[in-house]
Amino acid sequence: MHTAGGDFSIAGRALGSRLVLGTGGVSSPDVLDAIVEASGCTLATVAVRRVDPASRGGILDVLRAHGVAVLPNTAGCFTAAEAVLTAKLAREAFDTDWVKLEVIGDEDTLLPDAVELLDAAEQLCDQGFVVLPYTNDDPVLARRLEQTGCVAVMPLGAPIGSGLGIRNPHNIALIAERSSVPVILDAGIGTASDAALAMELGCAGVMVATAITRSRQPARMAGAFRHAVEAGYEARQAGRIPRRYLAQASSPVEGTPDL
Amino acid sequence: MNGERHVMACSATVADLVSSWCTSPDGIAVARNREVVPRSEWATTLLSDHDVVEIVTAAAGG
Repeated sequence: MHTAGGDFSIAGRALGSRLVLGTGGVSSPDVLDAIVEASGCTLATVAVRRVDPASRGGILDVLRAHGVAVLPNTAGCFTAAEAVLTAKLAREAFDTDWVKLEVIGDEDTLLPDAVELLDAAEQLCDQGFVVLPYTNDDPVLARRLEQTGCVAVMPLGAPIGSGLGIRNPHNIALIAERSSVPVILDAGIGTASDAALAMELGCAGVMVATAITRSRQPARMAGAFRHAVEAGYEARQAGRIPRRYLAQASSPVEGTPDL
Repeated sequence: MNGERHVMACSATVADLVSSWCTSPDGIAVARNREVVPRSEWATTLLSDHDVVEIVTAAAGG
């Protein structure tokens, strides 16, 4: 049977959806519940933060109720050492060895620190973690991460939360074309068409947080992204027409009446 | 603990600290002096003066 989005798996785990949800910016467990339902996602990120005795449990409970796998991230880490310890804490807390590895270079751009990122990826892969690194839109760095044993690469479209879309489509296409692990476009997505473009460029999936959670109607936007990711994937598989400099009539010239 | 000073009884363990701070140990992890304390060792890990403890869980994050 033809399934929308085709078969998609990471590290041998079948994922029913190519849309990975970031929970960052979600305003309440109820909103998260509606977003998860509308998005159809099967994998969602969470951050590792100090326990607040006043409020806890909501996010994990919602994700578990939907059967969504938890992908802990190392957001907020600036060094490999911080990221490795955060991944170990996440493994202990959530009973998963999957980690979305983020090692940030500065607070203004939140761009990845390539040197620390590669160091952390090597350490975590060596220790048996299933590593999905958030990386720059750099085909060479993406290849190096793949060579360290990362199970996917997650290049950015634009800075986190910026909503600027895919600033370097050519690099994203290069990364997708040359990678033998799934490429998941992460960060910078502003609206549904950005996600469709990512899929048309050859990405295996798209991760979206802010563009859904901070939209005016988050559940509605989650549904829009679900359709956009499926549409982009289908368009990629169907094969777009070549670009032409001049027009090519779609109606036949032959048989045109002499009027 | 978690950036604040806490006075604990002598012979307090990591398990004591977790149960005093968290309603449930589910989805929780503990680092003591930048080392993870496995759940299986919470009850036998004694806290010492000047230990730096972080107790973490899931938060919304992209």
